[in-house]
Amino acid sequence: MAIARPTMSDTPRFDPKAATPFLTSRGHSGWLGLKYSSHGEDWVELELPWRTDLLGEEGQHVLASGPILSLMDMASGLAIWKAMDRFEPIATLDLRVDYVRPAREGAAVFGRSQCYRVTRSAAFVRGLAHDGDADDPVAHIQAVFMKIGGKDTRGVPNGQ
Amino acid sequence: MANEPGDLGVLTPYARSLGIELAHWDDGMPVMRVAFDEAVEGRPEHYHGGATGGLLETAGYAALRAELARSGREAMLKPINITVQYLSAGKSRESFARGRITKLGRRSANITVEAWQDDPARPIATAVMNVLMADSEG
Repeated sequence: MAIARPTMSDTPRFDPKAATPFLTSRGHSGWLGLKYSSHGEDWVELELPWRTDLLGEEGQHVLASGPILSLMDMASGLAIWKAMDRFEPIATLDLRVDYVRPAREGAAVFGRSQCYRVTRSAAFVRGLAHDGDADDPVAHIQAVFMKIGGKDTRGVPNGQ
Repeated sequence: MANEPGDLGVLTPYARSLGIELAHWDDGMPVMRVAFDEAVEGRPEHYHGGATGGLLETAGYAALRAELARSGREAMLKPINITVQYLSAGKSRESFARGRITKLGRRSANITVEAWQDDPARPIATAVMNVLMADSEG
């Protein structure tokens, strides 16, 4: 896979829109079918499409809570790489999810996470999941990630 | 799964889809297992934090269902929250998780869960969950 190199010095080195398809092409994120939705300077939003095999209680049409946890974990990772403006291996240390209401049946769920602080060894995020209206979330999250060092660029565009 | 110390009931479609299954019963509580395959992989050869969280959550619900069945209660379980602590990287082999009911109230339960790979005494992740128990209709 060709790696696009920025040609101008002010070009961002980590582009969530370009990186998401690489990071979600396989593994757990690929299994969930996560897709890029939008991003800002220090936040990224991913989409988890509706799927009937991700439901929680049998006989009810409510998305399980596990996929929301995964969605927020992944969106948080991307938000951290966006805030640092580069890809580097990180690992979740602590993740809290408050499920404030069930997601609507048939609705895609969007996970938006913001990285509000990066230190030499840790990154702090907060975020929410919603099913169409970010002012009416289905979940709130808070998490801490640790940088784990080592090389793992996974062929991510601009992940040098 | 019938005639076990507690009735586990059916796993959620999500848990089945992820490949989570009942491994065995330990002291009246279900021990859940998931094999390492692409559906749980994050960075290469390691568990995705979300998959580990899903295993912990599933084991937490299974523990609560077993406890409710033992006391003859029926309820619809709704998640309130979960806090996951990731202690060490999940490597490319099967993982197990087991829940413990810290407090069983009338409307909510507090559950602690541990996940491990080779040695239950060396957990790779732990979780605390609060679950709402709504009345089952009928």
